[in-house]
Amino acid sequence: MNTNGSRPTLQVSHLQTSFMTKVGEVKAVNDVSFSVHPGQVLGLVGESGSGKTVTGFSIMGLLDHPGRIIGGEIQFRGENLVGATKKRWQQLRGSQIAMVFQDPMMTLNPVLRIDTQMIEAIRAHEFVSRKEARQRARDALGQVGIPSPDERLKAYPHQFSGGMRQRVSIAIALLNKPDLIIADEPTTALDVTIQAQILHEAQKLCQETGTALIWITHDLSVIAGLADDVAVMYAGRIVEYGEVDNVLDHPLHPYTHGLIGSVPSRNRRGSPLHQIPGMTPSLLNLPQGCAFRTRCPQASDICATVPDVSEPRGSGRLIRCHTPMLLTESITELSGMFAT
Amino acid sequence: MTVFIIRRLMQAGVVVVLMSFIVFSGVFLVGDPVDILISDEADEEDRERAIAGLGLDKPFHIQYLVFLRNASQGNLGDSFIFEEPALLLILERMPATFELALFALLLAVVVGIPLGMLAGLRPNSVTSKSIMTGSILGFSLPTFWVGIMMMMLFAVILGWLPSTGRGPTTTFLGMEVSFTSWKGISHLLMPAINLSLFKLALVIRLTRAGTREVIHQDYIKFAQAKGISSSRIVLVHLLKNILIPVVTVLGLEFGGLVAFSVVTETVFAWPGMGKLLIDSIGMLDRPVIVAYLMIIVFLFVVINLVVDIVYSILDPRVRLREMKA
Amino acid sequence: MTTGGVTDPMLVNTEETVGESTQTPYRRFLEDFCENKIAVVSFVVVVVVSMIALFAPFIAPTDPYDLSTVTVEDKALSPGMTMLSGQVAYLGTDGSGRDLLSSIFYGLRISLTVGIGSGIIALAIGVVVGLSAAYFGGRTDALIMRLVDMQLSFPAILIALVLLVTLGKGVDKTLIALIVVQWAYYARTVRGSALVERNKEYIESAQCLVLSKPRILFRHLFPNVVAPIIVVGTMQTAHAIALEATLSFLGLGMEQTEPSLGSLIANGFDYIHSGHYWITMYPGMALLVTIVAINLVGDQLRDVLNPRLQR
Repeated sequence: MNTNGSRPTLQVSHLQTSFMTKVGEVKAVNDVSFSVHPGQVLGLVGESGSGKTVTGFSIMGLLDHPGRIIGGEIQFRGENLVGATKKRWQQLRGSQIAMVFQDPMMTLNPVLRIDTQMIEAIRAHEFVSRKEARQRARDALGQVGIPSPDERLKAYPHQFSGGMRQRVSIAIALLNKPDLIIADEPTTALDVTIQAQILHEAQKLCQETGTALIWITHDLSVIAGLADDVAVMYAGRIVEYGEVDNVLDHPLHPYTHGLIGSVPSRNRRGSPLHQIPGMTPSLLNLPQGCAFRTRCPQASDICATVPDVSEPRGSGRLIRCHTPMLLTESITELSGMFAT
Repeated sequence: MTVFIIRRLMQAGVVVVLMSFIVFSGVFLVGDPVDILISDEADEEDRERAIAGLGLDKPFHIQYLVFLRNASQGNLGDSFIFEEPALLLILERMPATFELALFALLLAVVVGIPLGMLAGLRPNSVTSKSIMTGSILGFSLPTFWVGIMMMMLFAVILGWLPSTGRGPTTTFLGMEVSFTSWKGISHLLMPAINLSLFKLALVIRLTRAGTREVIHQDYIKFAQAKGISSSRIVLVHLLKNILIPVVTVLGLEFGGLVAFSVVTETVFAWPGMGKLLIDSIGMLDRPVIVAYLMIIVFLFVVINLVVDIVYSILDPRVRLREMKA
Repeated sequence: MTTGGVTDPMLVNTEETVGESTQTPYRRFLEDFCENKIAVVSFVVVVVVSMIALFAPFIAPTDPYDLSTVTVEDKALSPGMTMLSGQVAYLGTDGSGRDLLSSIFYGLRISLTVGIGSGIIALAIGVVVGLSAAYFGGRTDALIMRLVDMQLSFPAILIALVLLVTLGKGVDKTLIALIVVQWAYYARTVRGSALVERNKEYIESAQCLVLSKPRILFRHLFPNVVAPIIVVGTMQTAHAIALEATLSFLGLGMEQTEPSLGSLIANGFDYIHSGHYWITMYPGMALLVTIVAINLVGDQLRDVLNPRLQR
């Protein structure tokens, strides 16, 4: 893993978040650990239901009832956020930790003006005059590439396109210069060209400002060009975690391998698409032991017990697997760089 | 925006004319027009004169046109009892009715919205459940009976409040109002509360439903993610979204309040238009009855129009949609 | 924006949906309904009240309208005192010497008859209009709904006032007024559900079988539209009863010779200042209990039937 020698902005250790529903306990996040350093981008990859969004909400303290963090630590710049008071959360959110949501249509309040929603984000954390806050908002809009910011400030959300709205959400996230930004599938709802632009800008911003970024997505291609590290999640656990180039070029966990293999551009024309057989199990009904067992081409009897986190020698990453691919196998099979 | 207003005005005009036709036909075709417009006490000669003078011997459509012409000039006939123009009589009493209706509306909103929001924010609490049960009672109970019970309890048995009538009035913006003195308020209190109960129940239920819906929206979560305080989230983000449907309904309901004040005014002997109507019915003062019906229909249509306009101002999405249309 | 407002507070659904069981729909319905004890009690109350209304002439201690037995000597007796005839007036007597308990029984009879009767007729009209509008669609539908919306934008009491002022007092006129007030609401509800059902497949299959239009309307569309009608019907009935009482109280509805609960309350109203509170209070309570019970039953019906609509 890339460390530039500094203390991590965020260090998550053995995080466990469950939803206590009427039909049982849903272990959405089941012993997850990772860290992000200043200026670094971590890609958190997984299908829907893998627990990636819940991980993001857990870090922000935005879990809805009946969800609760039941174990582990979230160290933000040395401070454990688990069990923090409501007041502390309010101080942190929006000023030191910010989040960008997936759906740009609904993240902005339709009946309030853009400037209202930006100014309140500033004034919730600092005593500044409205005029100054407005100026900062204006600058932030410029920073994310929105033209004629003065007019835009007076507008309402529905007068913006999806891409613009998402830029505004990003601008809001940047307003108070947070140390950590969690972006939950921010470009999924946008078209490809806008997506590329935003990705590029995000990368630039992080490098310039030293902000740590967690980018949650199900789309591997996004991660490839953007992230420094990648953590692959499956059914509430991280199954593979390492530097992005390492993991994507030679994935060791069968699931990661399957994910990369199933990307259409990876396949030769005319040959059948690779697919991971089966479906993601319901979190209420997980197979015993390794959750991927039922779909894994390499599963064996030992997989009936939950694999611990291990670091195969020389691989430069952590995996959770009893029967990982061999490094040599992986290199031969997936030759060629993953196109960026 | 102006196009929108003009269009609505035209629609309103159609409704008013239609209603006038219905009222007129109803009164003249079903009842005996002679009886309706001429006092029972007139003797034969006066009757003949009146019939000729009022054109009652002319065919229906001519009578209707005459009625319309007179109505547009503000002449809706003279009261038998008071021997004054009916329109004037009603207008004199309008401020009293409006005062009552406005206070009832105010009460419903000021008490109802916070209660509804409370019930919506903590849906499974004891507070919420009792508020909701209260709201069922609030509109199941017939208003007039609740009024009688209130009167019995607070006026007759406890003697805290006066049972009937309106308090001393002062002139405000050219109208007589009574809420300017404590005595006036003591007279206003029971009727206003009585009239407001039904609307209060409505507001509570609407607000609660709205709150439950809005609170789960992404933008509320996003506001939390920005670190906005809960009080601001509730008072600004939540409230403004809830207000729109609530205000619309309430605006429409104001007309209903004015109409329904007939009952409360009768129970509490409040000297408004409604009481005048009931008294007139009892005294067979028909021109006043007709005038009241016309005016209240007209009022209703105007209120609907105003509400539509206000709604479009409040909800920016509607304003833009209408402008494009 | 059109202004035909659905402002019936009870139809603002505030409850969550209920879970399902694996029994016949009727059994399931009964089970769900009985979960709410209050609703069950209310239902029993409604049945009791209906029985009283039905059998009033047989179970009332006296006949309050038999002028030969009613005497002004019995005027305003307190509850529990004995009348001239030797009969105990359990709830006292009114200003004309009539036994209040009997008056209430007869009053209930009239209130319920007018309330429920008008409801049924309004329902019939509403169903026909609503189904037709939904089925024929297009301009017929638009025209009908325009009419319905226009009427619904006026408060019921106003419409009733207009009608009763022009028509006069009496049972038949009150009935007419109540029917006019209610039909539009039924029409709109029925049309709404019918429109939803109409687009469903089984109607298309019936049409393919070339069944006649009326047959399609009544045999196929109607049964699925019944559930919301039941809910709306209960609420509307309660409203109708309350409205009739209000109108009678104002002196507009029923004649003095056939007093409904509203008229009784009006009669008693004059006496509260002199301390004879029972004359107005007991009829009022009878009215209250009836209306609240019907509303509570209706509330539970709505909670139970509505999720079912989303199958």
